[in-house]
Amino acid sequence: MEWVNAIVQGTLLGGLYALFAAGLSLIFGVMRLVNIAHGDLIVLGAYLGLSVTTVLGLNPLLALIVVVPIMAAFGYVLQRGILNQTLGKDILPPLLVTFGLSVIIQNALLESYSADPQKLNAGALETASVAVGSLSMGLLPLLTFGIAIAVIAALQWTFYRTALGRAFRATSDNQEIAQLMGLNRRHIFGLAMALALSVTAIAGIMLGIRTSFDPSIGGGRLIFGFEAVIIGGLGNLWGTLVGGVILGVAQAIGAKIDPGWQLLAGHIAFLVILALRPNGLFPRING
Amino acid sequence: MNLSNLHVTRTSRAAKAAAVVGALILIVLIAAPWWAGRADMRLMGELFLYLALASLWNLMAGYAGLVSVGQQAYVGFGGYMLFALTIFGGIYPLGAIALAGVLGALVAVPVALLIFRLRGAYFAIGTWVIAEVFRLSFAQVSALGGGSGSSLPVGIVKSLAASRSGREHLSYWLALGSTVIVIAAVYLLLRSRNGLALTAIRDNELAAGSLGIDIWRTKFVVYVVTAALTTMIGALIFLQKLRISPDAAFSVNDWTAFVIFIVVIGGIGTIEGPIIGTLIFFVLRETLADLGTIYLLVLGVVAIVIMLKAPNGIWGLIRGRFDIELFPLSFRVKTTHPSKKG
Repeated sequence: MEWVNAIVQGTLLGGLYALFAAGLSLIFGVMRLVNIAHGDLIVLGAYLGLSVTTVLGLNPLLALIVVVPIMAAFGYVLQRGILNQTLGKDILPPLLVTFGLSVIIQNALLESYSADPQKLNAGALETASVAVGSLSMGLLPLLTFGIAIAVIAALQWTFYRTALGRAFRATSDNQEIAQLMGLNRRHIFGLAMALALSVTAIAGIMLGIRTSFDPSIGGGRLIFGFEAVIIGGLGNLWGTLVGGVILGVAQAIGAKIDPGWQLLAGHIAFLVILALRPNGLFPRING
Repeated sequence: MNLSNLHVTRTSRAAKAAAVVGALILIVLIAAPWWAGRADMRLMGELFLYLALASLWNLMAGYAGLVSVGQQAYVGFGGYMLFALTIFGGIYPLGAIALAGVLGALVAVPVALLIFRLRGAYFAIGTWVIAEVFRLSFAQVSALGGGSGSSLPVGIVKSLAASRSGREHLSYWLALGSTVIVIAAVYLLLRSRNGLALTAIRDNELAAGSLGIDIWRTKFVVYVVTAALTTMIGALIFLQKLRISPDAAFSVNDWTAFVIFIVVIGGIGTIEGPIIGTLIFFVLRETLADLGTIYLLVLGVVAIVIMLKAPNGIWGLIRGRFDIELFPLSFRVKTTHPSKKG
């Protein structure tokens, strides 16, 4: 029963990892950009949530109403101001610029919020749980998992059912022809980054409610998100959810064996899948 | 236009002058224990080790197109191998450094087989995952201090040289020597047949492949050689520090972020770039380090601006303006008799 419990908790944790991964997967799908600063942007979202909750005295979940638009606007400006200049055949500029961005965000957060660990306070929600049989599931992890499913469903719908999604897919397939059809790819990329950072804001707040955070943890979150994307298969959003769940379960099982093995078990699961299925479990596009 | 008046050469007057000046500087640097203070020598030793790391990263990213953000895996591995081989194997530290290089190459083979499946930017993050695996694994080894790390026993430190100044001189010369070896190795590699293949891959991978260059094998060789040398540099770094812990050994900031900034600012894809970048990095660090996090912010902004506005770095600007090369790699057409126009 303890093992079933570990698997259930790991699955729910996978929801959080899928939220980390969804933004990463989205921008890769639209503009083939891998954002090294993604993890730091998640942490930035958590800190914005902290500021909003302390200043306005809101519940962190309500703070999303403020944080999501701020992050979306930041994403649009970031893409049009800096990242659009780096896109091209050469992979080096986007990689190094986002790497520089990661160092800047990390140290800016350190400068303004100090290195002390912080946490978002969501009140009774944090400790509430529901009993299913002999299992006890935290309300917060369940909510996170639900949000992950909703976010991925919404992204999927946007991608395949709306005019914006059509523009995303067209630009992704062929930038020049999309441009000829009257789409401004710089604007489209800006919108894609805005959407990605909205998801990142949600991920940051859910992370901040679940655990304590400090400016240095961005790199680790990037790696979890990246592993979920690769395990699930590039460009497949539902695959990303499966990837997150596999990663979460591997970590939970690792932690059950020995607490020091939690993160290591997740990485090993990723490397094993990379060795056996280099394109992930459900690949859509070729990297 | 008489073709017999023309010939193809690699050398130039600037390169010959640079070789003479370089040799003189090297002699002055070798003599540093007789003219420099203790603190200066320590700083210069650190500078040389960073220069070696930067030259190696540049070889991978600038020439082979392998952008890694996980080279701290090998730096830390080298440090831990030095500690393990000297403490448990009873090997003399210098022997342990050489052996660490061999072990680094052996570890790099399966790692390369695995992460070469990832392309471009995903390769970069894949290398980071590997470094995390290394860090978490060494944190589990309780014989080496687990998560809190351990120090090099006094007996082993004393086996290098009996006096403190003797040890300091030796570690300075080791750092200088390893940098010279690394830069010379990169230079000779790039001048060889393999170097031509690498330059071709850098300029156009598709065209290089269609000319019969085995791209996978060339990249694989570069990755493994770089790993071996980085491991040895890592062992040297921790021979200077005398203390190791997983977080310090596998720090992405110390061993990768700074190195990337050095190469980008100096000029990626050139041998001169990392040298200029290292000098600038240390000048910035010595003048701005008191500002703490602001200094890192500035470094990040400078790197982004350079990447966007001058992607070939400072050396790229100099070379574009004056058309000089201190390490003669490219071929030039010259007239045999300077008085006649070719």
